[in-house]
Amino acid sequence: MIEEKFDAIVIGAGMSGNAAAYTMASHGLKVLQLERGEYPGSKNVQGAIMYANMLEKIIPDFRDDAPLERHLVEQRLWVMDDTSHTGIHYRSDDFNEAKPNRYTIIRAQFDKWFSRKVREAGATVLCETTVTELVRDAKDRVVGVRTDRAGGAIFADVVVLAEGVSGLLGPRAGLREIPKPQTVALAVKEMHFLPEEVIEQRFGLKGDEGCVIEAVGTTSRGMAGLGFLYTNKESISLGIGCLVSDFAAMMESPYVLLDALKNHPSIRPLIAGSEVKEYAAHLIPEGGYKAIPQLFGDGWVVVGDAAQLNNAVHREGSNLAMTSGRIAAEAIVKVKSRNGPMTKRNLALYKAMLDKSFVVKDLRKYKDMPALLHTNSSNFFTTYPRLMSQAAQNFMRVDGTPKIEKEKATTAAFIKARSRWGLVSDAVRLAFAWR
Amino acid sequence: MTIAVTKSRVEDKLYQNRYLVDPGRPHITVRPHEKPSANLLALTHVCPAKCYELNDKGQVEITPDGCMECGTCRILCETSGEIEWNYPRGGFGVLFKFG
Ligand SMILES: Cc1cc2nc3c(=O)[nH]c(=O)nc-3n(C[C@H](O)[C@H](O)[C@H](O)COP(=O)(O)OP(=O)(O)OC[C@H]3O[C@@H](n4cnc5c(N)ncnc54)[C@H](O)[C@@H]3O)c2cc1C
Ligand code: SF4
Repeated sequence: MIEEKFDAIVIGAGMSGNAAAYTMASHGLKVLQLERGEYPGSKNVQGAIMYANMLEKIIPDFRDDAPLERHLVEQRLWVMDDTSHTGIHYRSDDFNEAKPNRYTIIRAQFDKWFSRKVREAGATVLCETTVTELVRDAKDRVVGVRTDRAGGAIFADVVVLAEGVSGLLGPRAGLREIPKPQTVALAVKEMHFLPEEVIEQRFGLKGDEGCVIEAVGTTSRGMAGLGFLYTNKESISLGIGCLVSDFAAMMESPYVLLDALKNHPSIRPLIAGSEVKEYAAHLIPEGGYKAIPQLFGDGWVVVGDAAQLNNAVHREGSNLAMTSGRIAAEAIVKVKSRNGPMTKRNLALYKAMLDKSFVVKDLRKYKDMPALLHTNSSNFFTTYPRLMSQAAQNFMRVDGTPKIEKEKATTAAFIKARSRWGLVSDAVRLAFAWR
Repeated sequence: MTIAVTKSRVEDKLYQNRYLVDPGRPHITVRPHEKPSANLLALTHVCPAKCYELNDKGQVEITPDGCMECGTCRILCETSGEIEWNYPRGGFGVLFKFG
């Protein structure tokens, strides 16, 4: 297909692959990027909140033409039981700044835009091309790829594996393991379309302002999971995800959970009258720090979700993907500029640089969180949300019961459900994992 | 009864999506088996596109047409060899308009 040799081949045109390809191409490297989808983004799913700072580090003036939906001025965290929600809302006019910090986006559109920037920077981008195999030389170094298009292998000094959480190539080449059911969540999502004015009215927004809701509680039926509702310009992204291991153990169906969330009395009025135009499903890496695989080797690096660089606690992924892609590219550019070969030894620079960034620092901070949520999910996602709702309702109903008796009843309910020891131990474990 | 209702709902959902099906080239296959393992059986509930179903002999079968390529079945059943999982050929499969 293509005879010439490249400085770098990037597999995947998602957040991490585009960041890597853009950065290398704009430093003058000869880059080939391969994407299996019909267009970049056609296979990709996100909530989706996009963090400006990390994109700004790659394309400083992205606000001029990137397809952005709304910038966030309000975030709600809801703890749900079957009929109620207890919430923390944070809204600030400070978020109405000249260069807003967080935006909602629609991935298929965003990825197309990002890919156009990659092309403009000089990279060759081939879509509808699935990479089927990594090519190695006699010394086991990665030297190129084979695709499902006619023609032989394509060669490069270095291959950037930006193949996402479901990447097949790394595991098949023995570079990393397939994620385990307890280290990935399955999320399903629907796009609900509504007129702009209706969204603005329902959420108290004006212009491009946006509001997002994260929901935990009985909506995940005792599984470790999270629901989300994000406002776009004229649509609402609504979804829910739980650990694959929990889904399998409980034999739950994700669409049943999603439909229940849609019918929850706190959510239903927000999407009433909407037209659903897409139903999507995707995995999210949730293993955190302990699940990060070997990140580099002779002739290859791995970035983004494929390397489990995803912060499930803060549901940040795209920014870690963009940053790891950019840093890998910068490391490659550095090695190249001193005419160094793309050996494991030289590419260790990528990991050294990544370790110093927020990507690895944040993941290290929460290294015990995945295990805690995995082993304790029914308490955190069912028992406590129910208790919180009872406590709030008990507090708010005015029925002639003396307040002291109400307080006693609330405390008794917590102890009955979890025992004093259980409460203390959950709190301590949560505090340590959060620390 | 409830199963029938749920199933038609998933199909309604998938009906919204755009797919380019590669006829005669299923990208996922289930290895022939007598009795499904717990994980394989779980796929009849867990697959978000309801691609997996039990036949009347109690074995799990797949029709991957509505597959959204999420990879859940791979995570649960590839290492045990119960299914073979691949991406569709370049350009084929689900094509998200929004994602
Ligand atoms: C429901 C959901 C909600 C989310 N919400 C948020 C959020 O609000 N904010 C946030 O920051 N993150 C969020 N994330 C996480 C975020 O989407 C990911 O972290 C991010 O997309 C990872 O980027 P990536 O480039 O590593 O992988 P991907 O974006 O998955 O890209 C991988 C690319 O590689 C291609 N590919 C794979 N294999 C091959 C091959 N063999 N040949 C050719 N091409 C190949 C794929 O087609 C794809 O385009 C969410 C994820 C999900 C699923
Ligand atoms: S990849 Fe996902 S949607 Fe496709 S068959 Fe497997 S579980 Fe179902």
